[in-house]
Amino acid sequence: MRELSLHILDIVQNSIGAGAKTVRIAVNADTARDTLTITIADDGKGMSKEFAANVTDPFTTTRTTRKVGMGLALFKAAAEDTGGSLKIESEQGKGTTVTAAFGLTSIDRVPLGDLAGTLLTLVRGAPDVDYVLTCGSGSELAAADTRKIKKELDGVPIDTPEILIWLEEYIKELLETHGLLGL
Amino acid sequence: MKSFAELQQIRERLKNEVNQRENGEADIRIVVGMATCGIAAGARPVLTAFNHEIDVRKLSNVKTVQTGCIGMCRLEPIVDVITPDGKKVTYVKVTPEKVVRIVAEHIVNGKIVDEFLMPANS
Repeated sequence: MRELSLHILDIVQNSIGAGAKTVRIAVNADTARDTLTITIADDGKGMSKEFAANVTDPFTTTRTTRKVGMGLALFKAAAEDTGGSLKIESEQGKGTTVTAAFGLTSIDRVPLGDLAGTLLTLVRGAPDVDYVLTCGSGSELAAADTRKIKKELDGVPIDTPEILIWLEEYIKELLETHGLLGL
Repeated sequence: MKSFAELQQIRERLKNEVNQRENGEADIRIVVGMATCGIAAGARPVLTAFNHEIDVRKLSNVKTVQTGCIGMCRLEPIVDVITPDGKKVTYVKVTPEKVVRIVAEHIVNGKIVDEFLMPANS
């Protein structure tokens, strides 16, 4: 993948496939530790212990059409290429959390890329799912939360073109404020 | 700064328009493969380009839909255009540049862009 945001898009599709109602995406750049951490946490159906243990193997998949699933395998490889790691915590009936740590300044880290584009693609593809994007850390935590946005919309669909244009700018500003644009 | 106040204004404007949109023509569906293979090959900018063209040209009868992998990963990004008569046309290795032509020639003017179609023996 050419952008970390494309990995995020891919992994969140897993969450949607697992019946998640809310997907939390957190992106945090820590210059002191030289890490870029991406966390994707869902409240989907979760995985069994055996399945979770092998899920980064390309030949482990829930797909029934064929026996290959590359998403998490590629995400893990991308993290490990930068001296980082990938961690998966999952509980059946509760959800799954995928945490990928990247070397922030590693030459092998692909850019974060168009995270707003990824969020918009998700909202368009599965508008009934809620997404919470969190940036920064500690007291500087900021978030874009589709649950709050939908409340404001009062029945107007979130995937209306005019709303999506607003949402894209809203997310871009959030990313810019937290130094995540161009990372 | 994008504010919720601005969002509320857009909402009020849209509430008046919603009723008009519901009585549109039959839908043309644009189906974009959005599995790992599609995403890696560039499906997200392709989908964004379709949505952009639809918005700019105000094609309210055209919808984009995301789908999974259909097993021809080497030809991704793959896009199906399904017209109201049920006919499906499959474009392969689509790029945002090709999207502009597919929308102008096929979606708007009804002429299939032959050079972007799936090769016969693949």
